[in-house]
Amino acid sequence: MNATTIFINIFALLCLILALIKDKNKAKKALIIAATSLFRIIPTILIIILIIGLLLGFVPQSRISIIVGEQAGILGVFIIALFGAILHIPSLISFPLASSLLRSGASYTSVAVFITTLTMIGFVTLPLEIKELGKKIAFLRNGLSFIIAIIIGIIIGIIL
Amino acid sequence: MKKHIEKKKMQKKGIKRDIIIFVFFFVFTIILLSIFPDKKNVILKISWNFFLEMILILPAVMILMGLFSVFIHRETVVKYLGKAGGIKAVFLGILMGALPTGPLYVAFPIASALMKKGAKISSVIAFLSAWACIKIPQEMVELQFLGAKFMIARLVLTIVFVIIMGILIEKLIEWSDENKKNMGGEKNASI
Repeated sequence: MNATTIFINIFALLCLILALIKDKNKAKKALIIAATSLFRIIPTILIIILIIGLLLGFVPQSRISIIVGEQAGILGVFIIALFGAILHIPSLISFPLASSLLRSGASYTSVAVFITTLTMIGFVTLPLEIKELGKKIAFLRNGLSFIIAIIIGIIIGIIL
Repeated sequence: MKKHIEKKKMQKKGIKRDIIIFVFFFVFTIILLSIFPDKKNVILKISWNFFLEMILILPAVMILMGLFSVFIHRETVVKYLGKAGGIKAVFLGILMGALPTGPLYVAFPIASALMKKGAKISSVIAFLSAWACIKIPQEMVELQFLGAKFMIARLVLTIVFVIIMGILIEKLIEWSDENKKNMGGEKNASI
């Protein structure tokens, strides 16, 4: 167990104690929701863990870093941004995936771009967004998110 | 009520689908490992380590998400954001978006309700973006897997650019609405 793990668990425990003091029934309800969502997400987690194992085990680092590494250049960043925008996977799962990419030679830039487009842009949910907010806002939001994701990634690549 | 039952059915269907995909990958992995037995140890070790890292924080993350979803109501979000103004509204949008949980598409109807209530476009965009990528439980997972430096850098940059984007979209939409009005006026004049 590292410091981060302990910190996260203590933080959650403190929040839970606060909630129990404030309203027992609500806290119970929250725990039930937590248990169901945990159960719900486990198959997806197992899938992604297998994918990570296969990815790191079979694809040589040099191959990954050619596509999304330092030398991949702006085209590589663009491609990974597009991937993030189209893929529809829970953001919780994207972090272990991103971490495995990083370990196998991806650059900080591509990983940051991937996480940002994955969370901010919803290709699959675009029709719903258009219906609720109108074409103009939906297109502007998704389009500009794509651009700022790339800018954020480039800045992270420079500072880290 | 009917909608609720339908939603539950959908969820059950979703989990069935996930289990089927998992079994498929599991079999696929076993076949691959029996073809390449020398890779077996490496792959099992990598997968096991990721599994451990995940399982040690997942219950905590889920508890945080559960707590947020019970203690922060959508109505509160709409109430506070609907009447805020200025740059304060943008910050409030980010805060209000970061607290509740759920996938992004849950936030669209809330955003739509906010616009009808007269919230500024910039704050609605900030709200949606924060909902998408500045969740506290989500940041915890990012901290675990990518480290504090990466997490903080991405968080700060995201907040800065989301504010810029919100204001830009608001200006663009105001500008295009005005243009439309002017063009409509000219058309009327020519007729």
